[in-house]
Amino acid sequence: MTADPTSPLAAWTDRLTFAPALIASERPFLSQLTVRVSDPDAVAALGSALGVVFPSVPCTFTTGSGPFGAVEVLWLGPDEFLVVAAPDLQLPIEDALRAVPFKGSVVDTSAQRTTLVLEGSHVRDVLAHGCSVDLHPSSAPVGTCVQTLLARTGIILQVTGPDRFTILVRSSFAQYLAAWLSDACVEYGAVP
Amino acid sequence: MNYRTPTGGAIDRNTVLRFTFNGQSYTGHPGDTLASALLANGVHEVGSSVKLGRPRGIVAAGSEDPTSLVQIEAPFPEPMLLATTVELYDGLVARGLAGQGRLANEPDPARYDAKHEHCDVLVVGAGPAGLVAALTAARSGARVVLVDEQNQAGGALLGVDEYLDDRPSAEWVADVVAELKSTPGVLVLERTTAFGMYQDGFVLALQKRTDHLGFAAPASVARQRVWRIRTRQTVLATGAHERPVVFADNDRPGIMLASSARTFRHRYGVLPGSRAVVFTTNDSAYCAAIDLAESGVDIPLIVDARASAPSRLATECAARGIEVRAGHVVTGTEGSGRVTDVHVAPLGSGHADTVVCDTLLVSGGWNPVVSLFSQARGKLRYDSELGAFVPGEELETVRVAGSATGELDLTACARQGRNAGAAAAIAAGFTPSGQVPLPTSDSRCTARSGLVLWRVPGAEDSSFVDLQRDATVSDVLRATGAGLRSLEHIKRYTTIGTAHDQGKTSGMIAAGIVAEALGVELADQRPTTFRPPYTSVSFAALAGRDRGELHDPVRVTAIHPWHVEHGALFEDVGQWKRPWYYPQPGEDLHAAVLRECQATRESVGMMDGSTLGKIDLQGSDAGKFLDMLYTNMMSTLKVGKIRYGVMCGVDGMVIDDGTVIRVGEERYLVTTTTGNAAKILDWMEEWLQTEWPHLDVHCTSVTEHWATIPLVGPRSRDVLAAVAPSLDVSNEAFEFMTWHDTEVAGVPARVCRISFSGELAYEINVTAWHGLAVWEALMAAGAVYGITPYGTETMHVLRAEKGYPIIGQETDATVTPQDLGMSWAVSKKKPDFIGKRSFARAENNRTDRKQLVGLLPVDPSVLLPEGSQIVETDRLPEPPVRMLGHVTSSYPSAALGRTFALALVRSGHERIGETLYVPVDDSLVPVTVTDSVLYDKEGARRDG
Amino acid sequence: MQLIPCPWCGPREEAEFHYGGQAHVAYPDDPSALSDEEWAQYVFFRDNPSGPFAERWSHNAGCRRWFNAVRDTRSHDLLAVYRVGEPMPEVTA
Ligand SMILES: [Zn+2]
Repeated sequence: MTADPTSPLAAWTDRLTFAPALIASERPFLSQLTVRVSDPDAVAALGSALGVVFPSVPCTFTTGSGPFGAVEVLWLGPDEFLVVAAPDLQLPIEDALRAVPFKGSVVDTSAQRTTLVLEGSHVRDVLAHGCSVDLHPSSAPVGTCVQTLLARTGIILQVTGPDRFTILVRSSFAQYLAAWLSDACVEYGAVP
Repeated sequence: MNYRTPTGGAIDRNTVLRFTFNGQSYTGHPGDTLASALLANGVHEVGSSVKLGRPRGIVAAGSEDPTSLVQIEAPFPEPMLLATTVELYDGLVARGLAGQGRLANEPDPARYDAKHEHCDVLVVGAGPAGLVAALTAARSGARVVLVDEQNQAGGALLGVDEYLDDRPSAEWVADVVAELKSTPGVLVLERTTAFGMYQDGFVLALQKRTDHLGFAAPASVARQRVWRIRTRQTVLATGAHERPVVFADNDRPGIMLASSARTFRHRYGVLPGSRAVVFTTNDSAYCAAIDLAESGVDIPLIVDARASAPSRLATECAARGIEVRAGHVVTGTEGSGRVTDVHVAPLGSGHADTVVCDTLLVSGGWNPVVSLFSQARGKLRYDSELGAFVPGEELETVRVAGSATGELDLTACARQGRNAGAAAAIAAGFTPSGQVPLPTSDSRCTARSGLVLWRVPGAEDSSFVDLQRDATVSDVLRATGAGLRSLEHIKRYTTIGTAHDQGKTSGMIAAGIVAEALGVELADQRPTTFRPPYTSVSFAALAGRDRGELHDPVRVTAIHPWHVEHGALFEDVGQWKRPWYYPQPGEDLHAAVLRECQATRESVGMMDGSTLGKIDLQGSDAGKFLDMLYTNMMSTLKVGKIRYGVMCGVDGMVIDDGTVIRVGEERYLVTTTTGNAAKILDWMEEWLQTEWPHLDVHCTSVTEHWATIPLVGPRSRDVLAAVAPSLDVSNEAFEFMTWHDTEVAGVPARVCRISFSGELAYEINVTAWHGLAVWEALMAAGAVYGITPYGTETMHVLRAEKGYPIIGQETDATVTPQDLGMSWAVSKKKPDFIGKRSFARAENNRTDRKQLVGLLPVDPSVLLPEGSQIVETDRLPEPPVRMLGHVTSSYPSAALGRTFALALVRSGHERIGETLYVPVDDSLVPVTVTDSVLYDKEGARRDG
Repeated sequence: MQLIPCPWCGPREEAEFHYGGQAHVAYPDDPSALSDEEWAQYVFFRDNPSGPFAERWSHNAGCRRWFNAVRDTRSHDLLAVYRVGEPMPEVTA
């Protein structure tokens, strides 16, 4: 008897294509760990354990590859990071991080948020309807990672490509956000 | 009669648009406004005034018009629009208003939205100054936004037939706009009014995107958009409004601002009438007179209040047979609707002549549009030559250019635009490249060298200052006579400047008349405050897309789809949708809740508790920290155990409660109430970051990582055993207030043995991803026991029967743990915790504090309304009646076989056994005060 | 919508922030040693100046950090922001 997992946007799986405005897709079940650490040596050691250099610049993210494959580390605060990796790695990654002696915390928050990838020529327009942060490439280049508000929900927003963004949203707000995005894309020709 | 000129104007004479006004059918052309189309049909009278019912016409050609309010009826009802700003479309149905419109009864089907925009330089106004400013900034490489209220750029040039550098001004405008639109990083927004200017370069602008398309507006495109512009630097090139002069009976239709008449002629190809008298205090109206005369309007007379007329212009008038009478003024008008005669007399005293006409054009000078500058906290200065307030200082991030400064010469305005555009670009970190060439106009008129004249003495009660508010000179004098001195007070007393137009044409005149009446200098007067919005903005536009299901986020748990599928009704708890109860066919709330309660107490029930706040705490000082936050001791909790705790503010009042689980030596998991999850995490961070940064503790929210399912009732152990075969569920192996990690339905789970109902109960936590499947597995495993899903209402009843308070229902920030009867949860051993010191205050130890008790209505079928007051006597004494407290919770109970309530009552603990009274409707219901625990006092049911 | 410069994230809209009242009001070392009067001062009384005022703000829709800001209560202008633990900077209002 094993229960199957359900992602926060399971009900939206077939409804996330907001062409021609943009294409959205949920990347469900990613491994996510919230790490609180401030000692620079510990930060470096934790990065080595995962094969990625933790971001030292506020409002950015870094990527790297190591024993757990491709890993992203998002800056959430001066002593707070979110490690994001492929599904089903949260337990070994937690073990690997805990193997580093440091003052701080590691918490599995994989199901706390879900992840939406947005891609398309109108992605900045659509986000500008609800996000007050300047997303012009000169202000928010690839590698930017901000926590802010989109419409009426908090998000973590990563700039991952020229017209490509990743949004992490609290699971309980995910359907609201999908509905908001769907509605925002109507302006650009998407049929809800 | 047709007042359309055969040529001229930015209208398409080949296309005919049909529209209906006040029930009458008319035609117009693309490019028309409703006002210009009405004037082309000879219609001046639009509506009537709000108080006096006097006919009202069209005074101006733009958004400064005080009078032409209309109601749109089709395509969709919209009140209080100005005919001068409604672009004409086929099928438009409108009617004139008397100051008030009507909102639609049905929801507006159009979309409205908002969009954020960021720029280095924002230019407001696309007249000559704004265009040159925007081009200068754009050529420097800055990100530029240019907003303009009109449907095409040009500003004042749209209303004249001037040539710039020997070619029509429209060509110069088109070239500039084309370059702007082809420059990367430049956004030109037409039909967009910057209506509010706020701190830190924040400007709100309303764009009317499809209003002008009428029935043809595409449904998918937002009709109006509020642009939320954040700019480093702003250039305000907002222009100037012509103002009238006040005289007796100055409100008749057919009386219009001279420059507006000129605009109707040149922009729309419309003549204001057949025979027009011109009344002016400055040169600019001469140009209107000459233009209209050349277009075929009979201009018998220019009345110039100045002692002598400008000689060159007077000569030009003479050549066209226009008489100029200097040193004269208009002292009154006649007409039963539209003006038919004007009275002209020497300024000061003398015999009045009557001149027949159907139009009176007035110019009293120019008011720079300083609204946004003033909103940006720019100080204004009175310019006595202009008779107007002008920007009186330079701001770091806001520059003013063009006629908004009081400058009225075109080349000089453009130069100001260039300087401002360059300065703004430099201030934003860019280097202007080259200089944009300045255009030169062939205009005959310079508008300066005017006489400042607010009003012509005459019948004060028909000399209108604010035509929309029906406020006259006598109203102003009544205000000053009553002792009012400040313009702000007089504005409120007379209502001048409070209508849709916010006094664009009347405010300055009112100030002038007040100064005259008080014998003070205008330079010493403080102008009234300009506040957003500059022009009216509909609530629909302000609401944008935040309506319907997007009005407020709906938060749902992982198990939500099951609740929907099984007919749950939902309760809003904060933004969460929580199942309230699950009615079966034919059941109402009471029937469903009695069934859910009974099934849970007699067999097994379960609910979705995922919304509970959950916070993970790690660090060597975690226990120490929790000891400070909770009133009871947490650091002594053993790994594997759970403790209930109460949190207070520094004032000793309860702010939250929940359970604390010791996960490891240096790790705890605490739960908060649903509504306080974010607040308590913030509370913890606040103490850790600001007060005790030396503590080694880190808090992380895991509220949505976990799905939480309380499994409750004597059969809960059997159900759990069925889904968690590897878990020893016996009372000995799994004690009350302990937890175990195990597998439930094949997925990793943390099971806590806690109870919020007094029954044997477990709380099953799995990752949110598995919440739905585990819920379904529990339903399947419990089917043999008739497992019953229950909602928040049943949860409330079950806990109330046990006297467990709910934070926010039994508490309201004035209730201590002791008031709740929870002294047992307040540590006496800990040297300090948040709130402890307040418990020693005299106020906290009064014996007449309100305390939590149970209430049993003497009649067991009476349900007390929650919130009811409680009184001491069976008869209400004369007011004021002493209130003893109020009912906080009240339910019918299946377990008790009767109704019951919880209440906060003065000295409640001492009153147990007393009879008190609760006013319900017109009667006083007797109730017996009891202990708050009404069910299973001895706790026999806890272990199943 | 005012911008508040978070010392970590830079300027963000006010809606991302949470107000925390007067800054530099320390929790007393030993509340039990205080008189009722002194304790009430700590719990209930705060300054309310016309002019510069040191306040605590939290960037709670962003990095969730508390920081201090000096705000001119007459204009709402933020004259300075500084991190917790740093001394209040000199400001000219
Ligand atoms: Zn921040």
